[in-house]
Amino acid sequence: MGLNLQSTDPSLLNDMFKVDRDSPNDKIIAFAGNPNVGKSTVFNSLTGLNQHTGNWAGKTVTNAQGKYKYKENTFILVDLPGTYSLSSSTAEEEVARDFICFGDADATLIITDATCLERNLNLVLQTIQTTDKVVVCVNLIDEAARKKIKIDFDVLSSLLGVPVIATNARDNKGTGELKIALHDIVNENQATNKIKIIYEEAVEEVINMIESVIKDLVSDKVDSRWLSLKIIEEDESIIKSLTKYLGCNIYENKSVVSKLNIAKKYLKEKNISNNDLRDSLISSVLHKSEEISKEVVSYENNTYNNFDRNVDKIITSRLIGIPVMILLLGIVLWLTIAGANYPSEVLAKFLFGIEGFLGDLLNSINTPLWLSGLLIMGVYRTLAWVVAVMLPPMAIFFPLFTLLEDLGYLPRVAFNLDNFFKKACAHGKQALTMCMGFGCNAVGVVGCRIIDSPRERLIAIITNNFVPCNGRFPTLIAIITIFFAGIAKGPLQSLICTLILTVVIVIGVVMTLTISKLLSRTILKGLPSSFTLELPPYRKPQIGRIIVRSILDRTIFVLGRAMAVAAPAGLIIWTMANVQINDISLLAYSAGFFDPFAKLIGLDGYILMAFILGFPANEIVFPIIIMSYMATGNLFQLNDLSQLREILVSNGWTWLTAICVMLFSLMHFPCATTCWTIRKETQSLKWTVISFLVPTVIGMTICFVFANAVRLMGLI
Amino acid sequence: MNDDIMYLNQLQIGQNARIKQLTCEGNIRRRMMELGLIPNTSVEALQKSPSGDPTAYYIRGAVIALRSEEASKIIVKIGCC
Repeated sequence: MGLNLQSTDPSLLNDMFKVDRDSPNDKIIAFAGNPNVGKSTVFNSLTGLNQHTGNWAGKTVTNAQGKYKYKENTFILVDLPGTYSLSSSTAEEEVARDFICFGDADATLIITDATCLERNLNLVLQTIQTTDKVVVCVNLIDEAARKKIKIDFDVLSSLLGVPVIATNARDNKGTGELKIALHDIVNENQATNKIKIIYEEAVEEVINMIESVIKDLVSDKVDSRWLSLKIIEEDESIIKSLTKYLGCNIYENKSVVSKLNIAKKYLKEKNISNNDLRDSLISSVLHKSEEISKEVVSYENNTYNNFDRNVDKIITSRLIGIPVMILLLGIVLWLTIAGANYPSEVLAKFLFGIEGFLGDLLNSINTPLWLSGLLIMGVYRTLAWVVAVMLPPMAIFFPLFTLLEDLGYLPRVAFNLDNFFKKACAHGKQALTMCMGFGCNAVGVVGCRIIDSPRERLIAIITNNFVPCNGRFPTLIAIITIFFAGIAKGPLQSLICTLILTVVIVIGVVMTLTISKLLSRTILKGLPSSFTLELPPYRKPQIGRIIVRSILDRTIFVLGRAMAVAAPAGLIIWTMANVQINDISLLAYSAGFFDPFAKLIGLDGYILMAFILGFPANEIVFPIIIMSYMATGNLFQLNDLSQLREILVSNGWTWLTAICVMLFSLMHFPCATTCWTIRKETQSLKWTVISFLVPTVIGMTICFVFANAVRLMGLI
Repeated sequence: MNDDIMYLNQLQIGQNARIKQLTCEGNIRRRMMELGLIPNTSVEALQKSPSGDPTAYYIRGAVIALRSEEASKIIVKIGCC
């Protein structure tokens, strides 16, 4: 039975249950909390790990484990998905509950938000009912202080009967106390004097009826009072988990079944239906939260969230909500374009400047000509292109994007766009995963876990590639700057570029919606499922941290990927350009092979080949295009980025080519990392292939139609 | 139906109301309740999204957006007390 259940219940998140203790001094802490209460920040402040943080519900969808040492103990924190409750109405809640109940943790740490304590107490009370060793961390106390919300932590602790620690994890305030509390709770043996929720009389009666037989069944592994309630409530998911983790099927246990029947009969006599019972259980906990919150929280200023409301009134308003959103996107893009211009120039001058010097160096140590060609013209140049053209926009866009995320703007985007997604029969949270895609499509695909309905999650995964990731932005920016900036002069130039790029992105969003709708009408038929979206309070972003982290992380990441992918690609291109068959280089030969088809969709053979070679990482597509042209031409010595236009034009580029390259860059197969992630997330080759084909076919079709329409109309 | 009894989605922006009853069932009902939407809870309609749906409500100290499909299954009584 157990085996059967496990094999029919594929859980993506099961990996986290494998936590190994190396010694008895290793203590496992289940790390729980509502979404968006700064869980990741507390996690980082305890472990020193750098988890990406953001201000929106559902940020942590992968489960991180982190360690730290305190005195004789090593603490292993297992970061559970953020949930509002443990009632398991979603996959994440089920995982969190199962880990807390059956996951062998020594204690549970619950992170709560000081600015919204009442709401958080629901999860706290549920957890305290489920397990014995609990520490409550009230985070974001600085935000609460700013809003003049006062919390009496001592009273809270005595009411709950568990330790309560106030923290502001962003400044590491309270982290030390938290470590002490965790150390104490895992090392002391006496039972805590935790709060007991008293339900209405009839409920208490039935708990009494079955608690003793349940206790016999599970001994001390799970809280018997809580489990009794769940069993009376007929919570199928907990009954399954009992079989899965403890190997006991309650329906096969005669004494449980007979007591359960008596309890059911009693409830029927009292005219309490299963729905009534469930309502009453949830209400009891909520009322308790309200009661506690009234006692410990005081508001000196009743208008404490007026600021948030006023901001929301503007940025989600009927008239200007969407224009403001596009404007903000435009500002981010403009800053990226304008800001990247100068560093790009400087980097290009420097990197191509020392190219000659490096060549001389290789010559001076008698490097054979072919080898120095391979290293300088092949490997070094490709790397230099990636660094000069790709790195600056990435290094600017990413922190700006993270800033908006940190502020809490992304849920507002989801709020603004929800109706469009609903009309496309997709999930409202797809707007969030789409936004994540701007950073990296692979991250966006993982992010789709926040969508519960499998149908809507697949739609979100398949369409995620329609927004350009950080690796494709620079290609778009470079082409726009090279080809279309000439329309205007001076400062207007970057404005024109921004406008065009914004249009490209809006096309991407429109395509996301259109394809989502198309999928829901064809292979993924269905209606939109219910969803609720929390609009969290705005938070002061951690600007310094964002800049340091994203520039450092991004720079190192991009450089690493450039080394790993661009260098071999440069090597291949150079070799292909220099190996000749019948006086035609292998490169020209291959490009010639792709050329007829590529021409049909407005590209050329070199461009299409670059997209294929760029499969491992989109960052290298544009550098490869340039490299191929340079290798086949007179081996341009490039001193200035403005010469790029000449190279492209002399290789037959027109504005039509530029537009088709941009469209194809926006709509083509996801990169290798993303494909691999899709395979992992969907556990299905079929959906991976579909995710590969959908954007590719759409992109090719659109380019084909556009290119040929322009040609037929004689516009070019 | 009484004038001051209506569905949550009919509540005007800026209006306060108290939850009377949830008419949805199963998982959705549970999820709504766990957001704090139980009888006698006060809610305020804060803001509609640019296209008119969803609407953001102030519920137990948090701002939650609900689509009209869900809000139309919650019966409320206007007034905060």
